[in-house]
Amino acid sequence: MKEEIIIAGFGGQGVLSMGKILAYSGVMQGMEVSWMPSYGPEMRGGTANVTVILSDEPISSPILHEFDTAIILNQQSMDKFEKAVKPGGMLIYDGNGITRHPSRKDINIYRVDATEEAVRMRSIKTFNMIVLGAYLKLKKIVEMDNVLKGLKKSLPERHHHLIPMNEKAILRGGEIIREISVVE
Amino acid sequence: MKGNEAIAEAAIRYGVDGYFGYPITPQSEVMETLMAMRPWETTGMVVLQAESEVASINMLYGGAGSGKRVMTSSSSPGISLMQEGISYIAGAELPCVIVNVVRGGPGLGTIQPSQSDYFQAVKGGGHGDYKLIVLAPSSVQEMADFVGLAFDLAFKYRNPAMILSDGVIGQMMEKVELDEYRPRWTDEEIIEKNPWAATGKKPVRGQNIMTSLHIQAVDQENVNRRLQAKYKEMQEKEVRYETFMCDDAEYLIVAFGSAARISKKSVELAREKGIKVGLLRPITLFPFPYKEIGSYADQIKGILVPEMNAGQMIEDVKLAVNGKVDVEHYGRMGGMIFSPDEVENALEELIIGG
Repeated sequence: MKEEIIIAGFGGQGVLSMGKILAYSGVMQGMEVSWMPSYGPEMRGGTANVTVILSDEPISSPILHEFDTAIILNQQSMDKFEKAVKPGGMLIYDGNGITRHPSRKDINIYRVDATEEAVRMRSIKTFNMIVLGAYLKLKKIVEMDNVLKGLKKSLPERHHHLIPMNEKAILRGGEIIREISVVE
Repeated sequence: MKGNEAIAEAAIRYGVDGYFGYPITPQSEVMETLMAMRPWETTGMVVLQAESEVASINMLYGGAGSGKRVMTSSSSPGISLMQEGISYIAGAELPCVIVNVVRGGPGLGTIQPSQSDYFQAVKGGGHGDYKLIVLAPSSVQEMADFVGLAFDLAFKYRNPAMILSDGVIGQMMEKVELDEYRPRWTDEEIIEKNPWAATGKKPVRGQNIMTSLHIQAVDQENVNRRLQAKYKEMQEKEVRYETFMCDDAEYLIVAFGSAARISKKSVELAREKGIKVGLLRPITLFPFPYKEIGSYADQIKGILVPEMNAGQMIEDVKLAVNGKVDVEHYGRMGGMIFSPDEVENALEELIIGG
């Protein structure tokens, strides 16, 4: 089992921390993981992305040119990473602010309106957990138990009281994800 | 855990006595982690933010002179500022560890990853005929492991050792297994293990003088002879490298650090296409695995050297095969990172097609 993922959006959306929680969940599940962020002056307000690899085997390159899954959270990232999904791979996106929707016919496309849902749930900060929940609904690479352990590990202790709220968001993400088009 | 955090964790666990540094991207997490872990309350390790890189390296000079395990970390422009001190420490034959998490240059450059400090680390950097022991980690695990290894080698040879990393390895997170905590050396242990150190003169021994100043040329030449003998011994005994799928290889990729990680995937991609290529990764950049690379010269048809610079380690690879095999460089510069398919394409275009 090997899953190569890119998560891309605006800095401040929780892109990096979402990747971190996913990576920690993989560690809890006994997998090999790597987490490679884009870092630098483009982070604030601009685009941020992180490559996460979960694998049963040792990981060669933490830097990749194509991905099994792209989780795309703004238009710039759509322009950059739609084409980087492997044929037959998966693209998940939040429709908020997207003006050009994905058009590839050789990949599976899903949409999760997490921004909208986070507002409805009155917890905008759990936006990234809604997206993570949507992803994990489709790819059950890590068990929920391990995700919660991963969450606990990556949150500082003073924020541990927020875990139930995050768990709720993860579950909600699984409920609201919808299929746009899948490869026959 | 991030590579930078692994350095900090490993330093405390290894029983390092002092860290002296000055913040710079992309390695600031080293000191941040040390400050957050507050080792001065547990192991007694000193963590000090100096007023500059020049100050940090001279604090290392002093700390090393007292026989303590001392280290610093910085990134390219900061390491340039330290070069005078590094040369003095090498001249005075004192052990210490310097971590360079390289970013793009020259000048202030970028904050993104690069390997453009290879020449500076391996060929000198400061003035005078000296060498650093240079270790090139290619995983977060090695960031942790090489702290101890660097100190072991530094004290074995009384020579400064450098961990030459970059923004990729410093910023990425991977799984790490850390060593158990071990206590710092006691004062008695320091006197016993490091009889050369300035530990307070007792009547039973003569003065221990540490200096890199030898006014008489004949004295200086003797020091140089001793240094060169030491470097020769390192070349004979301390070469470390790793091979991947080299046994039946018709082509070779030679890469270090993060470029080696990326190239490993390139080897996998090429092997899927039926191209018989292997990867040789120098772990010690000084001493460099000349003989080991040279031993493939009769077996292979060409070598690609992917580096995130304009072509630096390629010069040593060329020396290693001594013109017997075609050696080509593939590089990105200034903080740009090549992807596995770009390296694989370069192999096909420059080496197999070329």
